[in-house]
Parts: sequence; structure tokens; C-alpha cells
Amino acid sequence: MNRFADLLDMLAFTPSRNAKLSLLQEYFRAVPDPERGYALAAIARDLDIPAVKPAQLRELISTRLDAELFGYSYDYVGDLAETIALAWPEQGTGHAGRNDAPGLAEVVETLRASSRRDGPKLVEDWLDRLDAPGRYALLKLVTGGFRMGLSGRLIKQALAAFGKVEVNEIEELWHGLTPPYLELFAWLEGGGEKPVNAAAAPFRPVMLSHAIDKGDFDKLDPQDFTAEWKWDGIRVQATSERGVNRLYTRTGDDISAAFPDLVDAIAFDGALDGELLVARPGGGGIETGSFSDLQQRLNRKTVTAKQLRDHPAFFRAYDILQDGAEDLRARPFHERRPRLEAFVAGLDPARFDCSQMLGFDTWDELAALRADPPFAVIEGVMIKREASPYVPGRPKGEWYKWKRDPFLIDAVLMYAQRGHGKRSGYYSDYTFGVWRDPGELVPVGKAYFGFTDEELLQIDKYVRENTIERFGPVRSVRAGLEKGLVFEVAFEGINRSTRHKSGVAMRFPRISRLRWDKPPAEADRLETLERMIDGVE
Amino acid sequence: MTPRPEDLLVPRREGLYCPPGDFFIDPVRGVDRALITHGHADHARAGHGHVLATAQTLDIMAIRYGVDHAGATQAAALGEEIRIRDVTVTFHPAGHVLGSAQIAVERNGLRIVASGDYKPRPDPTCATFAPVTCDVFITEATFALPVFRHPDAAGEIRRLLRSVSRNPDRAHLIGVYSLGKAQRVIRLIRDAGYDRPLYIHGALQKLCDYYESQGIALGDLRPATVEASAKGDFAGAIVLGPPSAFGDKWARRFPDPLISFASGWMQVRARARQRGVELPLVISDHADWDELAETIHAVAPGEVWVTHGREEALVRWCEMQGISARPLNLVGYEDEGD
Repeated sequence: MNRFADLLDMLAFTPSRNAKLSLLQEYFRAVPDPERGYALAAIARDLDIPAVKPAQLRELISTRLDAELFGYSYDYVGDLAETIALAWPEQGTGHAGRNDAPGLAEVVETLRASSRRDGPKLVEDWLDRLDAPGRYALLKLVTGGFRMGLSGRLIKQALAAFGKVEVNEIEELWHGLTPPYLELFAWLEGGGEKPVNAAAAPFRPVMLSHAIDKGDFDKLDPQDFTAEWKWDGIRVQATSERGVNRLYTRTGDDISAAFPDLVDAIAFDGALDGELLVARPGGGGIETGSFSDLQQRLNRKTVTAKQLRDHPAFFRAYDILQDGAEDLRARPFHERRPRLEAFVAGLDPARFDCSQMLGFDTWDELAALRADPPFAVIEGVMIKREASPYVPGRPKGEWYKWKRDPFLIDAVLMYAQRGHGKRSGYYSDYTFGVWRDPGELVPVGKAYFGFTDEELLQIDKYVRENTIERFGPVRSVRAGLEKGLVFEVAFEGINRSTRHKSGVAMRFPRISRLRWDKPPAEADRLETLERMIDGVE
Repeated sequence: MTPRPEDLLVPRREGLYCPPGDFFIDPVRGVDRALITHGHADHARAGHGHVLATAQTLDIMAIRYGVDHAGATQAAALGEEIRIRDVTVTFHPAGHVLGSAQIAVERNGLRIVASGDYKPRPDPTCATFAPVTCDVFITEATFALPVFRHPDAAGEIRRLLRSVSRNPDRAHLIGVYSLGKAQRVIRLIRDAGYDRPLYIHGALQKLCDYYESQGIALGDLRPATVEASAKGDFAGAIVLGPPSAFGDKWARRFPDPLISFASGWMQVRARARQRGVELPLVISDHADWDELAETIHAVAPGEVWVTHGREEALVRWCEMQGISARPLNLVGYEDEGD
């Protein structure tokens, strides 16, 4: 359990993505089967063990520690599993765990073979045998409380780097694998065959595009390309085989459980690439909802009847990868597109439609279309080579995205936080605000990139010279009508948010220009942002 | 008539006061006569008329505040009985930092021990804590919650050295309190067999020199200055400094620094994250929960007074043990630096 506990701690405290990748690889190298497989399953949330509820844990600690002392401790630490792990009384004198401390594999295999009712008793016995880091890892494991900030993508990249294979290969296999992934590790270490994905309706690695550069247009002949809207939803893959329907994100995460309405409608044999959107109910056909509507359905494990009724999910198809037994990926786009249209024609029209193709003869004509999209939930255009096969990854010269111009506002720097790693010692993370009332700034977002190294030095100097208050690594910066630093902030979208004091949330905000010249009183007002929301809804 | 403890020592705004001896222990502002347990800034301040402390604590105060920090000073040898009016005081080792002492105050057969900050576990950089039997034991409560169990410090140093070998391109910056923690961490690193140079922030220099002069070998220490070296020279190096320096421009001279902090507070993950610490090292110069309990049992006082920290939890524990206890409301002590 201790190696697993170490891994969790290091992952939790390491801010850098590259460092996390190398920690995971080092762990996979150092730790044998089946333990590494169970650890992988735990952090990828792919481990199905009977959960122990927080109330049951409280009951366990109440038999070992005075309720008042526990209460003081919990108030101080603020995390139930951590409080119990630290405060669990140890028998004997040693601070180290006993030599009969259970390993991760023992814990997982025992729990899998037990009923939910036996959970607390088993956990109590293990708590007595582990040291504090081991107890913490155990409690996080049995409560399913890992919030590691590790994306499925990062975990798969670590596996790919460990085995020196393409991340696509891992994504393609992933849903056919089960913990502790013995065949996967055997293959990655070069000692075994590549596992065959036996699961029905597997994920097929997606094809991605490059952002187009102004200079690219001169080199590209519009006759070789076709274009369609770039919808601002969630890129997904809908696939079905042998009666198994699945909805995957573009990184291969299975999100079927959150969209039962759409998944039920995947009544076909094949695999489609498209955009997940939500519709406004009523009327015939599909009326596309806004990104805010879509947000009502995102990041939920389960979904209520009301959400299903008010925000029904639908699928706007871009491409077809598989039609029955026929794999179409090697065919050119201009052959796949008619196949796609024919395929979608046979599906439920309330749940599936085809992305509309845009007619144009010159890049200027396309630019005019891009400048005036018919729906706010369009974020630009996609440009696809007619001859392009469907190739996993981001092949060069095949697909381009041409996003609409970002939204821009002028905002005032309010708080600055110190960065990590190469940015240690620099105030590099900024919270900025706009005016609500004259003299009252309300924070509307955070940005930590978009500026040059030279500009970082200038902002850092400004922060140090204009600090009002310090809270740990955060400084509050002088920001008033007369004195303050104005940023031009660029962002991709904006919607209402009940979680933010300002009531608005920006997507992908970054600093686009430093406005040393601009008096803070002339920065934007909150109404401006609210009008932008009205514009996109 | 049996003397009452509250007639011998009583909390006042300036600190703990002894009316029959007319002196304060660790006063937080200037007084005529002060007895000082140890050299940390929240216990030892400049500007007293007369200071009684161990010779090492007086040396440390002179280093920090200048030789004229008090009108007059007197060194107390450990175990030596010193009369102040009709009160007898004795200094006993507290095991907190070099020179740290508990102060026993005795009059008419009643003895109160003001232990200051203390830790019972052995520390190669100072004399080991010795329990002193008494009627009233005044204990700190900095880490008085059952969640605080400091692990073996040598194990924490092994984690540090593993991290150093895993990250050969990065400089490890360890936040340490400049008196006590810095020298203890350096000594522990040496004891773990690491004999390469260690780099120190200027704020640590004088106190490290002083520890050396007291026979505590710290090995090859070098100033962490860019003037002396290029940025790349600190790759794979261990650098020690006060945590406040890490947010400062000082930290920029190091390549991709990995921030560490040696403190009892690092036991709690949220504390480490708030400070942006990437490698928390749980190394404390205070007693942890189990050590507070063991110490109170060993001292076996008639009554416990609990000060600075989480008083309510330790008072509750004493209650459960049938030991009379109450919080002593002293202001001005909170060892955030530990």
C-alpha cells in the first residue's frame, strides 16, 4: 500500500504535467503486477469495488477516538478520509506500519470477493495494520474519493510513453481491458502480444485538425477542400455493435451513462464521428440549444428526468468510420460523406442529423460565411481535404480549423498568485475583474498565459510594487478607478454561472494585450459581459 | 496556608508574570526583568531591562538583536538554582532548539514548570528534553490534535534525497525556520550520508556559524548567490532558506525550483497545497500529540495549564485522563514557522 500511497501523494503535490507523466512511468516500471494494474485502475476510476460510506467511516473512528477530539481534528483538517487516516490510534510504539500491512492487490482482491456489508470490518482491520499514508490511500480507495486532477488522456499518455507505443493504440484498446490489465502491461513491456480488443463497440481514435494560419491559404487550393460549421459542443463518437451502444469523448472516455437519451437512439451497427449538442424542446426537427443549455448536461454521472426533457441531447454527424462490417476509414472524405448522409437518413431524426456542408469557391467566400454564422453555438468553420482518409491523431495538411475571432474585453488586474516550477518566484496567475458599480470591481476570470516572458517580468514588478494585502501565495493588487493595470482579455465563449460571484464564466480566457496606457476607469463593465451572454443565447 | 499556583505565576498582557519574583517568562513586550526559554522571535524579544536565559539563548539573542538587546544579561546553567527574591528558578533542557530550556519556578514547596516550546525526541543539534516533576506543568499545544503524529525525521530526509536523485535538473528549495530547524535539517541530511555542498540563504549564515562554534558540525555550507555561480550550477542542488524568501525574487536564480518545506504543519495536505509546496517534509521541533500525552504522564503534575495552540483538545484529553487542566490565555505565540 505504501508505494501506492507515495504515488498518490506525489501526484497530488506535483503541479507539472511532465513530472506527473514521469512519476506514473516510474511507478509502472518499479511496481510488479498485479499491484500496478490496480493502482492504474484506481486513478483512472476504472475500479469496481464495494464502496464504504462516509457515515460508516465515522462510526469506525468513533470506536477508537473521543468524539470531541475527532470533531476538533476534522474541523482543522477539513477532509474526512485524511482526518481518520492521521488520527487513527496506532498500537505499539513504532510510527512505521506493521510488517503485516496489506498490499494494494490484497485490498482490492479481498474487497472484490466480499459483500458490501463486510466492507467496514475489513477496512477496520487494515487501518490497524497500515501507517498514516497507507491509511489515507486505503480510505480514498474505498470511498472512491480520488480527485487527482489526472485526465484519462494523461494516464493513457503515461502508458504510451512507458511502452513506447502511440497513445492512439492505448485509447483504442482501453475499453476492452479490465484491471489489473496483465495483457496490457505484458505487451507494453515487450513480453507479450498486443491485446486484441474483444469488447463490442470499441473506441476508434479520432482524427483532429490543425489551426489554420493566415499564410496557409495561399498554399491551399479551395477546389481541393470542403467546409462545414465547427459546432461548439462536445466532440464525440457514437458506436454500436452486437447490441452494445456507446458514446465516447474524443479521448476515449465512455460518457454513455450521462446521455441515456442519446445512447438509446444509437440503434445502428457502425461508428459515427460528430458533435454532441442539446436541443431546445418543442417544434419539429432539431432546434440547436446554446452552450449554456449543453452545460446543464455536462459533468454529470447521472441525469434527471427533468434534464432529459428540458435539454435533450442530440448528435450532429461529421463523419462515418464504420458501416456494419465495413471499415470506411481508409476511404477519402468525398466517398465517406455520401455514405454518412445515407446512414443518418435511417436514424431517429430527433436525435441525429448531418452537419451541413458549406458551398464556397474562394477563401474569401468562406471568410464571409465564417463572419456571419447562423447560430451562436458555432465557433468557426472546419476545412477538410476532399481526399483525406480518416487518420487517427493530427495528420498534417488534411483538416484545418478556422475559429471565429475571440471575444475581447478590457479588465483590471485584482489578484496575482505565484506560479510553480519555472515560474517560481514570479506572480504569473492573474485574477481580473470588471466594474459592477463605479468603484466596485467584481472578479470575472483567471488567466495565466498569453503574455511574453518580457511582459511577465513587467507584470510581476507591477504586482510587487502595488500589493495591498497578502494571503499565502496570493497578493491583492491595487485596483481602483485611478490606479490599476488593465489587461485586454481574449476568450472563446461566455455563459452564466451560479458558481461565480459575478454570475458569468468565460471559456479559455488569456491575456491578449497589456494596456498600460488605459485608465482602469475605462475598463469594461459587467453589463458588457452580460450582453455578450445574451448574444450567444 | 497552602500556596496557590495562580499566586506564583499569572498571565498578564506582557506574558506570564511571577508576582513574588517580579519577573516575566517570555514576555511579548519590553519588561524590567525577563526569563527567556529560547531564542525564537515570539519568545525572545529585544528591549528588556534584565534577561536571564541559558548562555546559548543569550548568544542567539545577541546574534539576532545585537549585543545591547537588553540592559543586563545573566546566564543560567542547566540545573543551577537561582534565587530571585524568595523564588527559586531552575533551567532544564527542552529539546526544542539549541539553548532551549524549561523554567521551573519554585516557592514554599510549590513548583511550576513553564516548558516553553519542547520536543521529547532526540535531536542531534540540542540537549534532550528532561521531564521535571512539578505541581503545575505549563505545556504548549502547537500540535495538540490527534492528527499530528510527526513521522521519523530521518525517513523524511530519505524522501528528500530520493526526490533530489529523481530530479537531477531541478534545485530543491527547502523552507526552514532560520533558528533550529535549518541546522537540524542540515545535520539530518549529513547523517543520511549526503556530503555534497549545501547552499544557504544569507538569513541562515550567522546562526549556522554559531551552531558550528557550539560543536555541531554542518559540513560544507555555501551561500546561495548567483554572483558566485551560474544558474545551471544549482541543478540538482539542495538550497535552504526561510520560506518567505521563496515567493521573492531570490527564488528566480534557481533552475525550475522544487519547493519543499520542513514543518509539522506539512502533515495536513491542505496546508502544504496552500503554500504551493511540492515536497512537504513533516519535521517539527515541537511535541506531537502522542509526545504531549507521554510527557504529561511522565511529568505527572497535579495540574496542567495549556497555552499557545489547540488548547481545547489537550484540555479535553486531560479531562478524559482525570488530570485537572485549564487553558492559559497567553497572547502572541503561534509558531507558524515550525
